[in-house]
Amino acid sequence: MEYLNLVFEQVYKILFLLVPVLVSVAMIVWLDRRVWAFVQKRQGPNVVGPFGLLQSLADALKYIFKEIIIPASSNKIIFILAPIITMTLALIAWAVIPFGEDQVLANINVGILYIFAISSLGVYGIIMGGWASNSKYPFLGSIRSAAQMVSYEVSIGIIIINVLLCVGSLNLSDIVLAQQNIWFIIPLFPMFVIFFISALAETNRPPFDLPEAEAELVAGYQTEYSGMMYAMFWLGEYANILLMCALGSILFLGGWLSPIDLYPFNLIPGAIWLILKILLLFILFALVKAVVPRYRYDQLMRLGWKIFLPFSLTYVVLTASYLFYFNLLPTL
Amino acid sequence: MVAHAIFFYVFSIIAVISAIMVTVSKNTVHSVFFLILDFISISCLFIMIGAEFLGMIMLIVYVGAVAVLFLFVVMMLNVAQQKNQWFNSESTTSSHIPVGLIISTIIFFELIIVVGGWKYKPELSDQNTTQISNEISNTHSLGQVLYTDYIHIFQISGMILLIAMIGAIVLTFRRREGVKTQSYLKQISRERSEGIEVLEVQSNKGVKIDD
Repeated sequence: MEYLNLVFEQVYKILFLLVPVLVSVAMIVWLDRRVWAFVQKRQGPNVVGPFGLLQSLADALKYIFKEIIIPASSNKIIFILAPIITMTLALIAWAVIPFGEDQVLANINVGILYIFAISSLGVYGIIMGGWASNSKYPFLGSIRSAAQMVSYEVSIGIIIINVLLCVGSLNLSDIVLAQQNIWFIIPLFPMFVIFFISALAETNRPPFDLPEAEAELVAGYQTEYSGMMYAMFWLGEYANILLMCALGSILFLGGWLSPIDLYPFNLIPGAIWLILKILLLFILFALVKAVVPRYRYDQLMRLGWKIFLPFSLTYVVLTASYLFYFNLLPTL
Repeated sequence: MVAHAIFFYVFSIIAVISAIMVTVSKNTVHSVFFLILDFISISCLFIMIGAEFLGMIMLIVYVGAVAVLFLFVVMMLNVAQQKNQWFNSESTTSSHIPVGLIISTIIFFELIIVVGGWKYKPELSDQNTTQISNEISNTHSLGQVLYTDYIHIFQISGMILLIAMIGAIVLTFRRREGVKTQSYLKQISRERSEGIEVLEVQSNKGVKIDD
């Protein structure tokens, strides 16, 4: 019985995290379309509910009532598994995101590695979806997407090493607490810029949305999907974007810490600050989508391997030498 | 403790079954997916014995990178054709079976030697291993032995990987003729005088634009 109570307590905690994440994914889709519209001097979705806030809910309802079509020549098990994997992976990564001093579901020692591992698994949802559809465009899209995600993961990994050199711990709460004096965006600003661009590429956002380039590949790996399965891909994608924004704000923008450690700002709970930072990064994501035209595939690969990788490697050497020379390397 | 045991058996059963399925399944792509499942459950086992760093590295390196390349290669192969060759051919004795048998026998005996030595002469393995204290996290303790006692071995293995990488690039690199490449430097450093030419076009004669 005691054990059951423990399980129920954990389930309650998990629901308390996941339900807000899912709701905010729906809201963030609305925000994305709205920002995009305002940049182009349009109104965007503004009909359903106040300011169109319920638009995503209406879309979700539409997806639920649509028929799920499974192509006859597809590999059925993998075809169904692919969106499930994408969405599950996008959601379980939230387990280690700290919303406050002790407000974290799993305070594990290797938190940052966990997020990195989960986001590197995310490529399987896409490959499986593309391959199982047994059709040209999804397959090409999934191959593009996999190559793109694998390449940009390398540079994200090296950027994370830069931050870890300054922290001396893989725990996400420790990373935030190490920024009490100065946020890492100030000493590591170039890394923040590269992280932001790599995050765009990692989540297949414009200008790097080549896997779903409509003009070339219809809808990439999602071409054969319909109804709820398409919606799951889509939810997973936006949950991943939110996760990348959260990771960016934890690594560079001081996570739950308030920008100024003074009286009125101290009273605001850390979770609010984290959410504000995530929102700020997300609005940047949305602006980039509206402003920048799509990259060509070879330009994308060139940017990842020939520019970001050498630059961030050099920055690792610089950071390490600086910390070593001024005796600032973190100790146990 | 019961929960721990349950999780251990769940993960190990998944690991063993998926390892068997890797060899048994007829579709090569399914084999790779089972291999990935195997890697994931093994990394869960690593995490369960407290080697969280190794478990995560297993996920990142093997599942996130190596298995993706496996998948790429296998997906590019013509699976249907191979299936016909391997499973539906007239001769039931395949030439792959003896080679596989020899390799698996060797691995089997190696495992027996390792496990036997571990079981009956535990002092042998104790001499060669560094004791890890429980006070620091295992990332720290790994770093402390890897970059001090084993630095040469670590560096040499890095060099071997680098050489392998360069070798792979040299083997697959070929300069193809007639491919249009874009040179950013050339494009940016173009002047107006090179790019634009004003011509006197005579009636009924025209000009040759491209050469």
